Amino acid sequence: MTENYTALYEQHKIAGASFTDFGGWQMPLKYSSELAEHRAVRNAAGLFDLSHMGEIWVTGPDAGAFLDYALVGKLSAVAVGKAKYSLICQEDGGIIDDLITYRLPAAADGTAKYLVVPNAGNAATVAAALAERAANFNVKVHDVSAETSLIAVQGPNAEAILLTLVPAEQHALVTELKYYAAVEVGITVNGTVQDLLLARTGYTGEDGFEIYIPNEDAAGLWEALLEVGAGHGLIPAGLACRDSLRLEAGMPLYGNELSREGNPYAAGLGPVVSLAKESDFVGRAVLAELNALGAGSTSGRRLVGLKGLGRRAGRSHYPVLKDGNVVGEVTSGQPSPTLGYPIALAYVEVEHSEPGTALDIDLRGKPEPFEVVQLPFYKRSA
Amino acid sequence: MAKVVAELKYSAEHEWVAADGSGPANIGISAVAAEALGDIVYVDLPEVGSTVTAGETCGEVESTKSVSDLYAPVTGEVVEINDEVVSDPALINNDPYGAGWLFKVSVTEEGPLMSAEEYASANGGEL
Repeated sequence: MTENYTALYEQHKIAGASFTDFGGWQMPLKYSSELAEHRAVRNAAGLFDLSHMGEIWVTGPDAGAFLDYALVGKLSAVAVGKAKYSLICQEDGGIIDDLITYRLPAAADGTAKYLVVPNAGNAATVAAALAERAANFNVKVHDVSAETSLIAVQGPNAEAILLTLVPAEQHALVTELKYYAAVEVGITVNGTVQDLLLARTGYTGEDGFEIYIPNEDAAGLWEALLEVGAGHGLIPAGLACRDSLRLEAGMPLYGNELSREGNPYAAGLGPVVSLAKESDFVGRAVLAELNALGAGSTSGRRLVGLKGLGRRAGRSHYPVLKDGNVVGEVTSGQPSPTLGYPIALAYVEVEHSEPGTALDIDLRGKPEPFEVVQLPFYKRSA
Repeated sequence: MAKVVAELKYSAEHEWVAADGSGPANIGISAVAAEALGDIVYVDLPEVGSTVTAGETCGEVESTKSVSDLYAPVTGEVVEINDEVVSDPALINNDPYGAGWLFKVSVTEEGPLMSAEEYASANGGEL
């Protein structure tokens, strides 16, 4: 696999980042201490380069109907300016990727416009699957991942930081922007105001924004945000803390919790699947059957949160035990920096998935006590 | 670049040993290892009175991202452990050659150890 570099690679190097491969991209793992970056996002703000994520435009008269067919949710029902979390599944119900889809104002000729954002490692696969599924629809699928950068500002100070780069007359667009909504806003980059797509979304459990920007302007925006954010406690934040933040927020990571071998019901994402929509969609038959069988509720395994009662953390692929017998497997786990105890996500047999159930994680031969808890582990105070 | 202290000896598994022959050897992990591990959140040290064997595991170091075995760089009896590092493992990141020391051993035999120069050139550390 060839290694990809984001438009901000030089900025990360100068900031002293250590890098890691993620989905074929050289991404900053951390700049200094991942715990300090984690706390900055919880208490002030962190700046993330998410340019490895994909961006795929879906436009045309049939765009809504096409996405209803290609994805498991009802995207045609999404209001203009809103976003929806969804999945793209295989015919057998396996998950190809989880993605966020934005519905944007229609083009001048009235045709609908959607932006689909898949994960880095799956972007090409998702673009190919969408193109293939588009055969019978009047729709255009255009993958702009290679030209598009994505920068996120996450944390309680994110709004104040962003507003310093937005002209005063547009402040209300930002302050009134709801969670899971997006709007085009003027943002000052390299001395000029540019209209950029701004979304109030994130993967940290905090308030925050994601800004889509052409590659050539990404460094200018990154540096501007660092400069105006410094007084608000903003620091650059790497993928290590992104992982610990999303885990505390109980959010799944493709490749850990979600895969082609799993299914939405076991992952607790049943509500994302719209069996109520009238039209057919890829995976419908198998997903309807899994739902009828009670997958993830009365049969099979279910994704749960585990809270450690000791100090040791469970890690991905460690077995989960009940009275010494294997009843599940950890998909993600580490000590929670915010909560101060180990947390984990794990698939466990549904009969052991009730909150309060005592389970052990097999820590390299030593059972360590954990308890099933309600997700998320961490919820920010309103 | 991570610091390597000239007066110490080092194992291939990144433990440092401070031994002048006059008393128990002091043992910790190098700044190279501490940086690679990331923020350390838990350490499991051998018990006082137990015997450790050079080249064999004698504990664990756990960071936010991973778990690594701790290898004894020398053979002998553990005579003291650093209780402060057990309750505050961040000491290892902040001061790996000082307050972040791990345990002391009354050495009967040293394992294969490198000089600071050898360790630094093999692991990209800075003397």
